[in-house]
Formats: sequence, structure tokens, C-alpha cells
Amino acid sequence: MGKVIKIRKGKNIQLVGEAVEKNNGNHTSSTYAVKPTDFKGMVPKLEVKVGDEVKAGTPLFHSKADDSIKFTSPVSGEVVEVVRGDRRAIQEVKVLADSEISYLDFGSSDPSSMSREEIVTKLKSAGAWPSIRQRPFNILADGEEKPKAIFVSGFDTAPLSADLEFTLGNKLADVQSGFDVLKNLTDGKVHLSLPEGTSKFSSIAGVETHTVSGPHPAGVVGVQIHHIDPINKGDIVWTITLQHVAMIGKLFSTGQYRNELTIAVAGSEVESPSYHDVIAGVHIEGLLSNLKTDNVRTISGNVLTGSQIQKSGYLGYFDNLLTVIPEGDDYEFLGWLIPSYAKPTISSTFPIAKFFKKSFRANANMHGEERAFVVTGQYEKVLPMDIMPVQLLKSIMSGDFERMENLGIYEVVEEDLALCEFVCTSKIEVQQIIRDGLELMIEEG
Amino acid sequence: MKFLRNTLDKLKPNFEKGGKLHFLHSTFDGMETFLFVPKHTTKHGSHIRDGIDLKRTMFTVVVAMLPCLLFGMWNVGYQHHLSIGETASLFDNLLYGLIKALPIVVVSYMVGLGIEFAFCQMKGHPINEGFLVSGMLIPLVLPPDIPLWMVAVATAFAVIVGKEVFGGTGMNILNPALTARVFLYFAYPGAMSGDTVWVSSKPESWVDGFSGATNLAEVYKASSTGVAEFKTSLLSASAWESFMGWIPGSLGETSVLMCLIGAVILVLSGIGSWKIIVSTFAGGFLMAWILNMVGGNAYYEMPAYYHLIIGGFAFGAVFMATDPVTASQTETGKWIYGLFIGILTVLIRVFNPAYPEGIMMAILLMNVFAPLIDNYVVQANIKRRLKRVRA
Repeated sequence: MGKVIKIRKGKNIQLVGEAVEKNNGNHTSSTYAVKPTDFKGMVPKLEVKVGDEVKAGTPLFHSKADDSIKFTSPVSGEVVEVVRGDRRAIQEVKVLADSEISYLDFGSSDPSSMSREEIVTKLKSAGAWPSIRQRPFNILADGEEKPKAIFVSGFDTAPLSADLEFTLGNKLADVQSGFDVLKNLTDGKVHLSLPEGTSKFSSIAGVETHTVSGPHPAGVVGVQIHHIDPINKGDIVWTITLQHVAMIGKLFSTGQYRNELTIAVAGSEVESPSYHDVIAGVHIEGLLSNLKTDNVRTISGNVLTGSQIQKSGYLGYFDNLLTVIPEGDDYEFLGWLIPSYAKPTISSTFPIAKFFKKSFRANANMHGEERAFVVTGQYEKVLPMDIMPVQLLKSIMSGDFERMENLGIYEVVEEDLALCEFVCTSKIEVQQIIRDGLELMIEEG
Repeated sequence: MKFLRNTLDKLKPNFEKGGKLHFLHSTFDGMETFLFVPKHTTKHGSHIRDGIDLKRTMFTVVVAMLPCLLFGMWNVGYQHHLSIGETASLFDNLLYGLIKALPIVVVSYMVGLGIEFAFCQMKGHPINEGFLVSGMLIPLVLPPDIPLWMVAVATAFAVIVGKEVFGGTGMNILNPALTARVFLYFAYPGAMSGDTVWVSSKPESWVDGFSGATNLAEVYKASSTGVAEFKTSLLSASAWESFMGWIPGSLGETSVLMCLIGAVILVLSGIGSWKIIVSTFAGGFLMAWILNMVGGNAYYEMPAYYHLIIGGFAFGAVFMATDPVTASQTETGKWIYGLFIGILTVLIRVFNPAYPEGIMMAILLMNVFAPLIDNYVVQANIKRRLKRVRA
């Protein structure tokens, strides 16, 4: 283990409604969905039609750019609906689940006796491949490319995040076999970052472990990459969440790709925030039966980077957290001058909220209107990377490719700068601008 | 509040697209958002947002200026009564100052906000809060007896030429309040310089022995007439008086103490950059200290700390240099930017006979150079990234 990576800039946003360490056991829903929109930039091509019977592991669609990358059904049952949005783009493929789920068998195998191609093929056909994301740009990984390294964050520092020690601590064997698979995919290292203190994952072998301390975004993999082995022009690295490492481990040891995970249901509006065992793509309505108020925002993921879903929606592919906060679509009389309730903040103009208030019932109100860039130096306080955020954003807004490249567009994805968006006095949509920049770069080639 | 909200909701349709008062929609929107933080919720990205917004930010700056304004009003009255040989109570001094200052503040805000609203209306933009600060800064840096039409003309010039032609708040290169002052300085030097404009009374009515001259003018006069050695008797006011601010000068910038209170508010609230404030003072002291070492005339030999407490140095360093839009925007750049403001201020004061007050020109000059400083800081970041590839 190397020396501790100390993150000094950032902010832990304490919200009311953190999940207590209590697992309510299995939670099932009648339908499950895979959402192509969870994979930015991927154009799906359907392999099934409504009415088809599928097993857990049967491909529902594949990537138009690479038809070997399959997106498989998490459950067995009948395809009941393909939801389309603007310009007929596929939003959700819904499957009505059997009461007893039957899994396709991909065969158990020992990764150390397989070639890299065989491993890649197996991951792709089972539908595990999309869980690997490639940087720059946070896109589906290209199996032909050998990444410089693979990065996994072993903890989450985002507000109300699920405690990975609790959700995966009892799946250490799966996590270990998952890492045994991953190390065959790169000639470089597989990096696992762990929080300060003891961690159940420190016993994982065959990986380079790092200790990262400090406030959020210390647990964000992009920040860890920046401090461990930054991405330079021409480099390719892969990232994957720890829960998907465990699923891949299970795929190789049992032959079944089981999208089972433990999620936290948290937030100020949840009656008793705690954990549930679910299958990915679960319909969330049943999880929300006990809410304190009605006018809420349900978020698949955390409040900084998650996506808004309806109460009748489905959990996103990468998310192990369902957050419920008040919508906050109310006027606040002279709220900018005399706040009527405390909001999370890094600004010392709210001394009570900043220094004394322990946790917040934050809502989705903007707390102001969008303005031009005026205040300087605030993004820098929460971005622990040697990147000039404002200058990078301005280069994106002016479409200056050379400058974007020079200022580090390859190193960042939206979530790395999520806190900048949170703190912004001018309410600028930082993550959207970063997304636009990444898409510009992809288009440019 | 319900009643107010209901009234606004009832009026609102008139100002929306198709309503008969649509041409005033920015104005309505400005009033509405002043009274109520809108109910807008996040659409993309982060679902929760910090409680801070630009209104609160700008308001905090205005609060930081209030000590200067209040003291300044008192001082206008005090200087007035002193010059005509009368003693007056605290209240009388304040009242006299209020009568002098209020019209200037009102004219500055009315002209500035009027133009700002008109531009926003034309461009269909929401109203920006930037002028809340500029509108207060302008009166504070003007002499108390300035004709109101001059205030109006200068404010209009500052808002139009200093800000709107560049694209409005956030896009301007020069500090609008200093643009107003420098406009008056060059257009109407008679009202903006000399020994008689800094006190609110006619020089004919001054009692014997009263001098309306500022320290800056006195020490410059002495050194240009060949006085080689600095003596405190050369100055019209002692170091203590200069620090406390009961001396002739612009409306709100005489008291270093009040500026420092403002600085504390700005720094503690995190709104003003402490780096710029500290480095400006450091730059001024450093340059003055170097001149002390060289020596040769009274101005060279004036103890370095005098430069920081006479004239508008403190006010400029705290309220003008820290304007985030026109200052350096990179953290390293802020140190360099402030340092040069301090250095240039002293250089202009000592070497340039035309401008007794250096800080105004120094800040405007560094406003122009701030993007260049930032550019070097950004280039350094880029070089670091490229070096990583080679390593």
C-alpha cells in the first residue's frame, strides 16, 4: 500500500435521511427495465420485440456501433413494452418478471486459463461488458483496446451514499474473483481505492490498493485517477463500480450473470431509510410506499449526479441508491436576504448553516436564478484536481477544441465536477456543459 | 406574504409573452425575484444547489460598504462645520452629510439601474445584480459637492461604455465605478481635483487656517518644490487622522478603519478575495519601502506605511480591486494582480505629476492586464499537463 492520498478540497454535504445499516431483505417488483439512456452516447438496436419470452441473460438490445456488446435482461419473463421518447429513441425496455427467475448459463470458468479475447467475449455475451466504462469521455469500453489501467473506487463519499462495506462486505469472494477477471484485461495495474481506516476490501489480492482520505469527492473515481495515475492525451483507462466487480466475479464462478445488488433507499422524505436486496432495473414504486410527504423528487443515484425518475420509474443501471428529497417548488419570500430554512452551503454568508447546522433537509430548488460567471475561486475550493474548471468550461462554451484538450477535458467526466455545480453562485449547469464538451470531443474524433 | 404573492401572480400574465406590458417583463421579473426567490427547481445535473445566489453576494458587498458610507456622511458634515469654524453635534454632522450624500446615491442608482433595466429589456435578459454594488461605489468615490448632473453623466458613461458594450455584467473589462470616476476626472478636472473640492463648503467661507488640501497634494507639492526630507509637518493630516478618516476627501473613502471593517466583512463572508486585498497592500508597502531606500526627496522618503493610509489606497484595495469580474480570475493570478496594483499606485503617486491619486489609474491599468496574467497562469497549468506526458 502506498502513501495516503489526502484530498483537502471538497465538501461533505450532510443530508437528513441516511440509510441505517439494516437490510430489509429481498424486494421484487413485477416489471424490470433496462434503460439505454443510462449509457451516454450509445445508440441501441433492439434484439427482441414485445411479447418475446426472455431469460435472465438474454440480450434485449445491443450497441449499434458494436453489435457484440449486448445489454441483457436482468430477469426472466416477457418483454412487455418498449418505451420510446423524442425521435423514437428507445428509453426503456420493460420485462414482466417470472415469479421464479431462470438464468441463462454462460458456464463457470477460471479466468487464469482463458485468453483475453475469451474473457472479453464472455463478458460481452453475458451483458456484463456495459458495466465497464472507458475514459476519456465515460463511454462503453472498446474491447479491442488495452487500457493503461483499471480503476475501482472502494467507497462512496456522495451525500446519502450506500456504504459499500455494508452492501458488499459479505460478497468478498465474488469481489475477489471479479478482480481476478479484470486483471487479465489490462497489461497495467488494477487500482482499488479504499477509505482511511480499516476496510473489508483491504484483503483483496492482485490489485494495487490506495488509501484516499478527505471529503467528497474523495470517493469519486475520476478524482482518484487524477491522483494515482492521471490520464494524458492518448491514454485509455477503464473504470467499474465495485458492485459490478462482484457481479462479474459471480458470472465466472457460477456461470450466471446475476444483477443482484443491495441498494440504499435514503433521503429526508423516506420514513425509515435502510437497505434492500434488489435486481438491477427494479421498479421503484414498491420501495416508496412509506414517504413522509407527497411532493418529492425521486432520484436514481445521489443528489449530485443521479438522474430524476418518476415514482413509477426504474432504478438506473449503475445506481445502488434511491434518494427521495422534497421537490421544493415553492416561492421563498426574500429568501436571498432572510432564509426561511437552512440550505446546505459552502458560503460563509450563511454562518449558521455553514458552521453549526449538522444535516439538512435539502430540496431541489435552485435558490436563485442563472447568471453569467461573476464570482471566481469557488469551483476551485471543491475540485481537488489540478484543473482550471472555469477556464475549461469557457473553452467548451466557445467550442475551442485545442484549449479543451490542453485544459484537461480527457481527465474529467460530469460527476467529477458535480460539486462545482452545487456551489455555483451563478447557478451554471456545469455537468451539462462538461457533457456537451465530451460530446464535442467525441464528434471531433 | 400570501397577499403579496397573490398580487404578483395576478399581475404576472400582463408581463408574459403576449401580455400588454410584455415590454416591461425584465423589470417585473427583477421586482418579483427581489421579493421572492423563484420556485424554479433543478432540471439537469446536481439536484440540490447551494443557498447562495448573486443577489445575496452583491448585497453582502453593499453591507460591507455601509460603514464607509455612514462614516463618510458624518465626515462631510464634520468637515463642513470645521471649515466654517462651527462646532456641530454628531447628529447635525450626520444630517448635513445625509443631505449631501443621499441625492448622489439616488441619482447614481436611478441612472444606472434605469440604463441597466433598459438594456436587459432590449436583450430579453434577466436583470443582473451587479449594479447594486457599482451604484453604491460611485457616490463613495466622488467629492461631496459634485453637481448631480455630473453624477448622472458619469454613471451613464460607466454603465454604457464600461459595461453594456462588452455584454453586461460578467463581461466587462474595466471596473464600472472606476470608469465613472476616471471619466469625471478627465472630463471635469475642475470638479475632481485641487485643494478646494474635497470639503462641502465654499472656500470663501473657510475660516483662516483651514486647509482643504489632501495629504497626497501636500506631500507632492513639497517634494516638487525641492524639499528633500520628509517631515510629518508637511502633511495636512497626521497618520492617526488619516487612518481614522476625519480629513477632507471623497464622500466615503477617507477612513482606513471603515475600509478595514468592510474588508473584514468581505473576507469573512468569503466574497472578497483576501489574496487581492493582502497583495495590494503588500505591493504598495514594498514599492514605498524601495523608494525609502533610494531616498532623495520628501515623497521618496515618506515612511512606507503612509502610502497605505493616505488617499484612497485602502478603499481601492478593499472594494475596487476585489471586483471579481475585472480582477484576475485565477487564484495565482490574484496575487500578481494585487501586487502590481500596489506597486503601480505608489509609482504613479510619486512619479506622475498629473495624477495625485494613483490607485484609480493603477486598478484600471491592471483590469486591462488581468486577462494577460490569467493567460500566463493557464499556460502554466497546460505546461504541467504536457510535462506529465513526457515524464
